[in-house]
Amino acid sequence: MRHLLATEGLSLENAVRILDTAEEMAAVGEREIKKLPALRGRTVVNLFFEDSTRTRISFEAAAKRLSADVINFAAKGSSVSKGESLKDTAQTLEAMSADAVVIRHWASGAPHRLAESGWINAAVINAGDGTHEHPTQALLDAFTLRRHWSRLAGTPSAGGNLAGMRIAVAGDVLHSRVARSNVWLLQTLGASVTLVAPPTLLPVGVEAWPCEVSYDLDSVLDRGVDAIMMLRVQAERMQASFFPSPREYSRRWGFDDARLARLDELGLADTVILHPGPMNRGLEISSAAADSPRSTVLAQVRNGVSVRMAALYLLLSGNLHPEPAPGHRAATTSETAL
Amino acid sequence: MSTPHDTPAASYLIRGAAVLGGARTNLLLAGGRITDVGPQLSAAGATVIDAEGLVALPGMVDLHTHLREPGREDAETVETGTRAAARGGFTAVHAMANSSPVADTAGVVEQVHALGADAGWVDVRPVGAVTVGLAGKQLAELGAMADSRARVRVFSDDGMCVSDPLLMRRALEYVKAFDGVIAQHAQEPRLTEGAQMNEGKVSAVLGLAGWPAVAEESIIARDVLLAQHVGSRLHICHVSTAGSVEILRWAKARGIQVTAEVTPHHLLLTDELVRSYDPVYKVNPPLRAAEDVQALREALADGTIDVIGTDHAPHPSEAKDCEWAQAAMGMTGLETALSVVQHAMVETGLLGWADFARITSSTPARIGRLTDQGRPLEAGEPANLVLVDPSARWTVDPQAMATKGRNSPFRGTELPGAVVATFFRGQPTVLDGKLNSPLRAGGAGSI
Repeated sequence: MRHLLATEGLSLENAVRILDTAEEMAAVGEREIKKLPALRGRTVVNLFFEDSTRTRISFEAAAKRLSADVINFAAKGSSVSKGESLKDTAQTLEAMSADAVVIRHWASGAPHRLAESGWINAAVINAGDGTHEHPTQALLDAFTLRRHWSRLAGTPSAGGNLAGMRIAVAGDVLHSRVARSNVWLLQTLGASVTLVAPPTLLPVGVEAWPCEVSYDLDSVLDRGVDAIMMLRVQAERMQASFFPSPREYSRRWGFDDARLARLDELGLADTVILHPGPMNRGLEISSAAADSPRSTVLAQVRNGVSVRMAALYLLLSGNLHPEPAPGHRAATTSETAL
Repeated sequence: MSTPHDTPAASYLIRGAAVLGGARTNLLLAGGRITDVGPQLSAAGATVIDAEGLVALPGMVDLHTHLREPGREDAETVETGTRAAARGGFTAVHAMANSSPVADTAGVVEQVHALGADAGWVDVRPVGAVTVGLAGKQLAELGAMADSRARVRVFSDDGMCVSDPLLMRRALEYVKAFDGVIAQHAQEPRLTEGAQMNEGKVSAVLGLAGWPAVAEESIIARDVLLAQHVGSRLHICHVSTAGSVEILRWAKARGIQVTAEVTPHHLLLTDELVRSYDPVYKVNPPLRAAEDVQALREALADGTIDVIGTDHAPHPSEAKDCEWAQAAMGMTGLETALSVVQHAMVETGLLGWADFARITSSTPARIGRLTDQGRPLEAGEPANLVLVDPSARWTVDPQAMATKGRNSPFRGTELPGAVVATFFRGQPTVLDGKLNSPLRAGGAGSI
């Protein structure tokens, strides 16, 4: 496995290896000297076609803690606007001998193009592409959940999985790369995932995903959940009739104070609340919920650095098992179609 | 009918060809016509073409070709596009109106027509835009285009849907005055804003905005009802869904004058290919699911879908060498159409060669009102024909094509059937599988 493009198709073996390596990286983060020489002399480029301060600085911190040289390339705006094409940008980076390219792009599939078009030899890490995937976000969510689940079980986190964990992912699934990456990864790790959203914010075809789907957040809570992941609702959705108003959305699908209290009434003392950030307080999550002891928001940010260190290290050291590339799957299907 | 036009001096004796896949016979071509057909022909001075093992078919007629000229000569020209057509076994193509400027005036359609006649590889029949600038607001001067030297009979805003129901009604009614037909690109615009690929299981996973089948089907349903109401001819471009097929079947059963086309690529490829995010698979309408492909094949076999239209859509490489969302929609098709249809329809036993001639030649010629095309291979008929080697196998190499477009979704695929020769009004535009030479026109081309 040369690239980290998606969690769809990521094997359990590789997922656990990344999470276990992230545990080792986290241990380094506890030390006074937080730096490892693992990637000294290697160059990591953060190629961001879309604004994202959080993800960029997380990758930057991860690469620097591994002693890599970091170049930040903010190619904001789209190549529609007569700017440089992705191909030319990629070849520029190739000429600068980038070893890894961390790409954030507004277009779904852009990291696949970068990895598979032959424009570049560097390892490609998807830092979020359109409404497709955000694999390192899912890995850091899984890392956070695994630590919690292991602690409850009294077992070490390393080597563990999420078998038996009930996880609800609630919000704008249709436009969420975080939701997609989490569905595949959490299922691979053995969790039972339920997506909760208004019907307008679920993709046609979701019925084929390895998860349950519900329109009713309260009934999902009542059945019992071990973790709830709230997804950000983008402001532009409100203009496009996906739901009547922010208030109605919040009442039906937001994690508000009443639902926070409901967890206590249900005796779900160990249920945690995740959010990938940035949060819309008062819309998909109330301040009380975001700031409660159940919230893992800051732990997620912290764990993000460890997970990204692990991904960079494992890809650049060639320590992940081979996996079929998505393109190979497509080729097989094409032959079937013929 | 024809206007003065040079005809080749040479005569050709095609020996041993299976006409429409039937009995072996000989055909004598002279003076731009088939002068004799029979088992015992001999003709002194004729060039003999050994056609043992070959199938003789009427020259193919494409109702849906993008030649890009004027305006996008970097993508294709009338010259390169019609060379590709000849190589693919075509003797006539309908050039879609979405050029720049748009073919919405008599001047532009006459220009395209003249370029086609000058090139001399096939008959070029310009399609006129339905609305000014394809903007869907105001009817273009349809009558002027019909009366022009280009004698336009097919009108389409292809690429754009005539979505305004009242404008569509008026267009359908108006073209009755000159026996025209509206070729609708069925795509409800609001349901497809930002759409990138077929909406379904694959789009859900890939996070690409979905292009629902209902956006096509709802327009077809509306338009067959409009065509019935006003008693007009309607043609549906590039039908792509199983639901569209059901609506067409219903409409035809009610006697509505609707015809429909399907592209070769929609008979073979599915949206699973989009998993690669390779924009060579990006096309409008999008590649659909395997169930749709099966329904389209069955509809073509039972006559619900009438014709093959290639929707040949060449693009320069930079339009495809990019992110999926940035890429242009479209695929080349002229040089692979015959092979893909043989593969999908003939080798599957769904159609014979006589049916092949119907869906690729006689019916499209009738829809486009081309009197000299799509004719039977009989004495006295225009010598528009193609010799096909059905046992050939070849691997698609876009670099080796005559079209400027390198955007073939079949690259690297092995396909059956090869065009050995194409005769355009008696002139061998293709011989031994290679481009030969065009018909040199003395004046404007004939209709």
